Amino acid sequence: MKIIEATNLSYAYGNYDENGVQTEGSDVLHGIDFAVEKGSFVSILGSNGSGKSTLAKLFNGILVPTNGTVLVDGMDTKDETKLFHIRRKVGMVFQNPDNQIVAAIVEEDVAFAPENLGVPPDEIRVRIDNAMKTAGIYKYRKHAPHQLSGGQKQRVAIAGVIAMEPECIVFDEPTAMLDPKGREEVITTVRRLNREKGITVILITHYMEEAAASDRVAVMANGRIVADGTPSEIFSDVEQMRKLGLDVPQVTALAYQLNQNGWDLAPDILDEQSCAFAIADYIERHSKG
Amino acid sequence: MSAVTTTNLRYIYGAGTPFEAAALDGTDFTAEEGAFIGIVGHTGSGKTTLVQHLNGLLKPTSGTVVLFGKDIWAKGYDIRAARFEAGLVFQFSEYQLFEETCYKDIAFGPKNMGLSDSEVDTRVKEAAAAMEVKDEWLTKSPFDLSGGEKRRVALAGVLAMQPRLLILDEPAAGLDPSGREMVLNRISKYRSDNNVTILLVSHSMEDIARFTDKVLVMSDGKVLLYGDTEDVFAEDGVLAEAGLALPQITRLALLLKRRGINIGAPRTVEEAAKRLLSL
Amino acid sequence: MLKDITIGQFFPGDSVLHRQDPRFKLIESIIFIAMLFAAQNFTAIFVATLFAFFAYAVGKIKISLALKGLKPVLPLIIFSGVLNLFFITGGELLWQWQFISIYENGIETAVFMVVRVVALIAGMSLLTYTTSPIMLTDAIENLLAPLKKVKFPVHELAMMMTIALRFIPTLIEETDRIMSAQKARGAQLDTGSLKVRVKALVPVLVPLFVSAFKRASDLALAMECRCYRGGEGRTRLRTLKSAAIDGVCLTVTLVVAAAVIAVGFVPWII
Repeated sequence: MKIIEATNLSYAYGNYDENGVQTEGSDVLHGIDFAVEKGSFVSILGSNGSGKSTLAKLFNGILVPTNGTVLVDGMDTKDETKLFHIRRKVGMVFQNPDNQIVAAIVEEDVAFAPENLGVPPDEIRVRIDNAMKTAGIYKYRKHAPHQLSGGQKQRVAIAGVIAMEPECIVFDEPTAMLDPKGREEVITTVRRLNREKGITVILITHYMEEAAASDRVAVMANGRIVADGTPSEIFSDVEQMRKLGLDVPQVTALAYQLNQNGWDLAPDILDEQSCAFAIADYIERHSKG
Repeated sequence: MSAVTTTNLRYIYGAGTPFEAAALDGTDFTAEEGAFIGIVGHTGSGKTTLVQHLNGLLKPTSGTVVLFGKDIWAKGYDIRAARFEAGLVFQFSEYQLFEETCYKDIAFGPKNMGLSDSEVDTRVKEAAAAMEVKDEWLTKSPFDLSGGEKRRVALAGVLAMQPRLLILDEPAAGLDPSGREMVLNRISKYRSDNNVTILLVSHSMEDIARFTDKVLVMSDGKVLLYGDTEDVFAEDGVLAEAGLALPQITRLALLLKRRGINIGAPRTVEEAAKRLLSL
Repeated sequence: MLKDITIGQFFPGDSVLHRQDPRFKLIESIIFIAMLFAAQNFTAIFVATLFAFFAYAVGKIKISLALKGLKPVLPLIIFSGVLNLFFITGGELLWQWQFISIYENGIETAVFMVVRVVALIAGMSLLTYTTSPIMLTDAIENLLAPLKKVKFPVHELAMMMTIALRFIPTLIEETDRIMSAQKARGAQLDTGSLKVRVKALVPVLVPLFVSAFKRASDLALAMECRCYRGGEGRTRLRTLKSAAIDGVCLTVTLVVAAAVIAVGFVPWII
């Protein structure tokens, strides 16, 4: 089953020159076909201006396609009568945690979406308690946002989306403004949502170590999807990733460099354990011979 | 000669309130002139508080800051001089842009120094070139640029003051990989061209490993470790305790060592490859 | 230094006043104001002031806190007191020196005025000391609800208050940060003539506005993603519920108010 299905999707921002003629913006999409399976964990990598944030906003009807269609659980995002249902199915978490928290008390903020949905007060209480526990911020429920760290604030934002009970959450660079501890907290929460709650995750990020943990990685450049596959398939193509201005894990780059010098390590090494094993194995084989 | 030396620096937040806490608790630290020093530590370890003392933005509760041989809190020292000698670039520095054009914004610092128009002009152009701020941007509003471009304009605004000590708080945070590369490489080049002393505050141990000669590790307002980068990186136990993760390549070297393959504590992929190939 | 500013300070607690329905508290506060202005003589205003003391005791809030709240407006109170003292004529002439003269009525009005303003501020402070800003917003929204019928944007007003409360600390922090960043470029923000200082604010205000607008547009987007579509069909996590104690408090307040007004009509009481 697909939760999101984009077909021949194009989008151009309405930029006009002084004569009123539409010009092409830099952040545009060209004929994208992209579908996301229910329950999967997909990462989207791409440098700034590659169109990944625009794509994210098309997934829940914040933007509607210039051409082509986006179906969310079978509903067309162009159909305005469905917009409300689409948004409650596909939640979004943004980069700056401060700019998505509405209320001055954590639990009040988490309650914002269920309140908008008209959920009865008793059920709101149950939903937000569960959401805050899932995001690991239950003990801060009475705190004011400015008393929390960046990672905690971002988890408040996540809890606020979970309380809506969406089937899919799109994370638009959720860790870009956080320190390593905050990044770890947020990514652990994201993974838990996918594994334990079965929520479909679309993670847009610059950090290849975050993408490495997903089922599938799509790479965007200049408004197109230029590569799509498992993390090891994507990262083993070191040359292409570098050409697109993206990082690969350090050990993958090392294996690539050693292979350039005649070694024969597997190209799809992503973590240091398997890399250490492969190097030790190579050295042993060659010292005997 | 030392660029900056702090002696027994203490800084107490919210003195006299229930929130009283020591952000710096007896910090002794010396940066030699010309060095490229990394400052690491988790959030709340006191790194940002320390660097804000070096240009006199914060006044220590006790202890001294000696900048290029002068005690900046001694009588008769104009504290603004410390701002120009020790240039501080804040995290997410693009938020400080305010002028109508990038040129005017970069000129803000030099103008505050009271320099002549022609001197300001020279400095703006030099600083812009150092950060690869294109000529056509200079006449544009900084708000029309992309995030990474704004960041470079903001950095140029501090470089234009030609500080002898340049302090950078997370200069590459929030940028994409190519933006990070660009900013860090420009800083590194600026340093070798102008022989300035650089303090780089960063959470990215990869960046620290690549660029710095020495590393200062802060924890709870105190200096936990201070020494040559490779030596500090070999202290994996202490770093882990301070909540710092080694770069993947260094972690790999440690795993290899356990398997009897010794390549030391390489800082970059290139270094690791070179050492492995020469085994 | 900016961090010292706190708007609508709230001191969490568990007193009867803290637990009271904020709507009732708001109404009682309004009655208290009315009481102060309806008080016609010293006995009446004394009763009203005594009632404020009583309320502080019930709320377990120290009187010293109330005095602290008065500090910023103290010059204003003294000024208006002095003005009344010297410029109100009538009654016996008590003291005269050159063109300055003090009449009996002057003293009376001045004392009356000062006590009234002090009691007013103390009363309003007690409301914010014992009510979280959010509860207060809820109460205002709830009490103004009937105005929706005449198309008054009650929900929007409450939402604006909520968002303002949420972002005040964030913007204060941000202002501090921008000020530091500009000082690091040699900006002089705290010295020089007024003209110099006002000009020096431009490098702080421009980035602050730019960031505030960016935050506003981000927030609007995030709210839309969380299915916000105005007040229609919205439920609330906390529904305001009144209990017996609220009725008791309101009754006490009404009785005191009646007493204050009644005392004003008794001719032999001063």
